Amino acid sequence: MGGRGKGNASRAAAAPVATLDLPTKLSFYRQMVLIRRFEELARIAYQQGKIAGFLHLYIGEEAVAVGAIAALRPEDHLLTHYRDHGHAIARGLDPRVLMAELFGKATGCSRGRGGSMHFASREHNFWGGHAIVGGHLPMAVGLAFAAKYLGEPRVTMAIFGDAATDIGEFYEALNMAALWKTPVVFLCENNLYGMGVAIEKASAVTEVYKKACMANIPAERVDGMDVLAVYEAATRAVEWARAGNGPYFLEAVCYRFQGHSVADPELYRSKEEVEKWKQRDPIQRFRRHLLEVEGVPEAQLEAIHQDVEREMEEVMRFAEESPDPPLDTLYDFLYANPVGAWRGDERFLQLWDGGQG
Amino acid sequence: MPVMTIREAIRQALQEEMQRDRRVFIMGEDVGAYGGTYAVTRGLYEEFGEERVRDTPIAESAIVGVALGAALGGLRPVAEIMTINFILLALDQIVNHAAKMSHMFGGQFKVPLVIRTAAGWGQLAATHSQTFEVYFAYVPGLKVVYPATPYDAKGMLKAALRDEDPVIFIEHTALYPVRGEVPDGDYVVPIGRSEVKRPGRDCTIVTYGRMLQASLQAAEQLAREGIEVEVVDLRTLRPLDMEPVYESVAKTHRALVVTEEWRSFSVGAEIAARIQEHAFDDLDAPVMRLGSREVPMPYNKHMERAVLPWPEDVVKAVKLLLR
Repeated sequence: MGGRGKGNASRAAAAPVATLDLPTKLSFYRQMVLIRRFEELARIAYQQGKIAGFLHLYIGEEAVAVGAIAALRPEDHLLTHYRDHGHAIARGLDPRVLMAELFGKATGCSRGRGGSMHFASREHNFWGGHAIVGGHLPMAVGLAFAAKYLGEPRVTMAIFGDAATDIGEFYEALNMAALWKTPVVFLCENNLYGMGVAIEKASAVTEVYKKACMANIPAERVDGMDVLAVYEAATRAVEWARAGNGPYFLEAVCYRFQGHSVADPELYRSKEEVEKWKQRDPIQRFRRHLLEVEGVPEAQLEAIHQDVEREMEEVMRFAEESPDPPLDTLYDFLYANPVGAWRGDERFLQLWDGGQG
Repeated sequence: MPVMTIREAIRQALQEEMQRDRRVFIMGEDVGAYGGTYAVTRGLYEEFGEERVRDTPIAESAIVGVALGAALGGLRPVAEIMTINFILLALDQIVNHAAKMSHMFGGQFKVPLVIRTAAGWGQLAATHSQTFEVYFAYVPGLKVVYPATPYDAKGMLKAALRDEDPVIFIEHTALYPVRGEVPDGDYVVPIGRSEVKRPGRDCTIVTYGRMLQASLQAAEQLAREGIEVEVVDLRTLRPLDMEPVYESVAKTHRALVVTEEWRSFSVGAEIAARIQEHAFDDLDAPVMRLGSREVPMPYNKHMERAVLPWPEDVVKAVKLLLR
């Protein structure tokens, strides 16, 4: 995947991949497998009617989340779009509370209010899955600005899809990020489709990283099916931003193996195309690297898979057994600071329930 | 007690809060070197510098969205949207993002964000003369404040700046020169409290914003004719405090809702509905609503005047209601 933007960041700032130790690489592998299995089991639970609404699976794109988010520090901010399960797992959120959120349970990361598209964790500086395409990009610039204003050495990473680069807020956000020189990394997951519309039909510029030149933001394109390449590029981007150089733009070219959502019959792309991309499965590719380059015994990788299976059993059990949120908490969290005489529409509800109003 | 305009009261609130709390900063179109389109922020750029009084591109969605992110990141931003007409470009940020951050994520996030915007008219024609507070009053998760006196404007802006939730703070350009007493020193006027601005026995007027001043003028004139109206100023549209309204209607048995909106699907419609839901037995007449005529605002001076409600319209409505 070639292509570097004009005004490139210096490669000198990057942490060379060669320095990644084997335990770290194995942890990458485990995260990718965990994301894959989480999604596969979520799909089954959806088919069983235990999960409802939209379910957008991340299968096929695991290398982007794992490689990019590994470049962040715990104090850095992360925001993403609605296909957010992989990002949440890579950020270190407990998969139990994530599956519980899919089940709509009180123990979910958003206490059952958010669902699949709205994972978040204040503790992890993970400011959400956001379900309005492009809508979280200005928010990311604001988080980065706050860190700069307060003198905190935090970087903000905003992840979005290729389709988000066609919306006006994308331009507004990049422009302000560059104007105010905020420490933000824009990471575009270009999976070649905005829902079912191919990028060639949606965007006059299909090499998405080139769009960053509109705000003079250094940009590059990376193979999003290669976790090590993503990690290397993301590290370069994050260090560029942390050093006070302003925003950086990264395009990771990737592919989702499943439909847009579980309900998608995939009429817009051929089975051959999907099969071709599956040959480049990021997990298989990284597995080969670990076996052939690192000389990891196959049994060691199998042990990781078994460990993930054990964890997922517990994840599913936790989600199944957790309680629904009580209905009398419906109005909780509407305001951090409830004020005045307001009591929701409680008065109406009391009448409805046969009370005195 | 010092007397000042609403414009000065708002500026003073901003100035004092910025002196008190370094996390407070202002961002918006022409808030800095220009001094604010309506001169509200004049002098603040000189006092606090470009770091804290930040000019932005003409990009409403980013103004609100960046301010929202800054609020999440630990600051207390004041995002200024030059006029409420332009806020439509930021509706996604306000409705889908700012209003959702707390509830949708299970209470993990706080949004101490104030969005100041100016409503009004003045031969500016259809796109620059609109009344949109209902758009925000409709949305759970937002607080919507619309002060009409210098005392309330200063105290409620301070309350908004110390709040943990997104507050839409609406100013009316026709009110900027209105003068009134403002005490020296720090005070807040709580969000979510309606207030009786003038006591009376014959009829209740429920209003806010510019129409509060128009209603008070009408009440003066009616008093000379022996009609005593009670004027309730809502001040906050969400969360809405209806208790003073119900108490007043229990006394007067008649209610007139006076707003500057188009009446259909408006704040006035909500107030009228609530009065009939909760105070039906107190009423001696149907609730009456006064608003603007439902057309895009024309440029022509006579036509513009004909569209808007004025004190004489309030007088006429009260007399109809008491007939």
